[in-house]
Amino acid sequence: MILWKIIFKNAFRHKLRTALTVLAVAVAILAFGLLRTVISTWYASVETSSATRLITRNAVSITFPLPLSYYSKIRQVDHVEMVSYGNWFGGIYITEENFFANFAVEPETYLELYPEYLIDEDQRSSFLRDRRGFIAGRQLVERFGWEVGDIVTLEGTIYPGNWEFQLQAVYRGRDENVDESQFFFHWEYLNETLEETDPAMADQVGYYLVGITDPDMAAQVAGEIDALFANSPAETITETEESFVLGFISMTETIIEVIRIVSLVVIVIILAVVANTMAMTTRERTGEYAVLKTLGYSGGQITFLIMGEALIISLCGALLGILLTYPAAQGFRQALRAFFPTFNVQPDTILIDLGIAVIVGIAASLIPSRQAVRIRIAEGLRRIG
Amino acid sequence: MESASNIVEIRNICKSYRRGEHTIAVLNDISFDIARGEFLAIMGPSGSGKSTLLNLIAGIDRADSGSIVVNDEDITALSESELAGWRADNVGFIFQFYNLIPVLTAAENIDLPLHLTGLTRAQRREHVEAALEMVNLTARSEHYPSQLSGGEQQRVAIARAIVIDPVILVADEPTGDLDRASAEDILGLMERMNRELNKTIVMVTHDPHAARSAHLVRHLEKGEFSP
Repeated sequence: MILWKIIFKNAFRHKLRTALTVLAVAVAILAFGLLRTVISTWYASVETSSATRLITRNAVSITFPLPLSYYSKIRQVDHVEMVSYGNWFGGIYITEENFFANFAVEPETYLELYPEYLIDEDQRSSFLRDRRGFIAGRQLVERFGWEVGDIVTLEGTIYPGNWEFQLQAVYRGRDENVDESQFFFHWEYLNETLEETDPAMADQVGYYLVGITDPDMAAQVAGEIDALFANSPAETITETEESFVLGFISMTETIIEVIRIVSLVVIVIILAVVANTMAMTTRERTGEYAVLKTLGYSGGQITFLIMGEALIISLCGALLGILLTYPAAQGFRQALRAFFPTFNVQPDTILIDLGIAVIVGIAASLIPSRQAVRIRIAEGLRRIG
Repeated sequence: MESASNIVEIRNICKSYRRGEHTIAVLNDISFDIARGEFLAIMGPSGSGKSTLLNLIAGIDRADSGSIVVNDEDITALSESELAGWRADNVGFIFQFYNLIPVLTAAENIDLPLHLTGLTRAQRREHVEAALEMVNLTARSEHYPSQLSGGEQQRVAIARAIVIDPVILVADEPTGDLDRASAEDILGLMERMNRELNKTIVMVTHDPHAARSAHLVRHLEKGEFSP
């Protein structure tokens, strides 16, 4: 239909103005997409957490340890299928800028409880056999150019000294939200060393990881575990992995709120940019709309012309912004991989980008359309010449 | 109602505009008829109300009171959307500044009013070609308004006005923006429309030379026809 032709030609009639508006929308959509990705990355570990995994920690704080002796008691609780444990090691690789998460874990049970870590069987066996062996995520290995068999030394912060490990296995994530930047080694290696160097710190674990048979029993199992150690010197708090992760995230809730507010401001900026362009173009074309109305075109058809033009501009901007979001996210991930080991643009972010473009296109054209429709034809025709 | 020989019957039309707190009367109790096939020129000084009267006849403005019957239809009783439909079916417009849509070619501009009819694409093309031929612009059909001279643009505007085969053609200063030769060309074309197609034409003009093309000239002054 001819109205579509007018819409497309009008949208690119003032090439510079349209290009600048599209660029402004693209930059805003890019900013919005990256901010959304930061938020979704923050919550990615929540999404990957399993409903059949519980975490038991010291009731005072995660920084306080629990006795290794709790292991067998937790294992005997009904509906507990498997128990593993670990310590935050906090080692530094060469310099502090090379930060990555590193843990001492009970390897066999730990890997069984994390089936989302995909590991070559031979490498898995090598890792389990070698007490000084470690397993690292693919991204971490690529980041430092390690190869299986390499010796890596971490400088202990919580556990002083230089700790040597040999890379025996590399894991991949089952999906893109799995963190591939972690480092795990044998808890026994840590404990044996502590028995010699600092016996007071030996036989202590930072947390227990509890695998249960039925997610519906999580609350009951958690209650039973905590009851076991009530009124002991090291009382426990047991919660689902999701609650545990959310507890960490809640510490940074203010930052997330600020990011959310900035995202909304970005949307308002897009709206203002497109609305400004549409107000200018509609004012310039008042005479043309009056001519169309004179010829018998209805107010709805005039609204269609203006709204269509606004939608084309905002959607072009959104598409450009979306195209730019992927390489920008890649760059973001490279620059901040220590903080954002996974930084993936989610499909729902793209859908929201497109939704915003549609809403902005419609909203930005409402007032100009109303004015163009309501102006008397005779008045509109006077704007020509 | 309207007699068989009259295509337009205007009775006791009044129209005024508000400018701030003031009300300015533009047309004062105007009544007159336009015969079918007439070529009427309305002359008068600026502010005399001639364009307002033309707009009322064409259904692009509304009178404060009185009635306007065009081709048996009392257009003062129509709603906005009914009036839009009525204009699309019955009125051809020729403006001083041509008022073509700049992003459409000559042929597309002429095609514009036909999109509001139920004609097929092929039928519309036939009508557009016939209109282009009538104004002798077949060779310029794919040109955009910016690629046409003022006279050519006005000829496209005339083709757009007649392509729907309107009951009445209204022209507001159709030669006001043209040089003498182009003006002659346009007036000749309008005379042809009137003579060969028996189109009723109502033209508003300042130009006595243009008014001489009409069969009948009426003078409007301060919202009333002079005797």
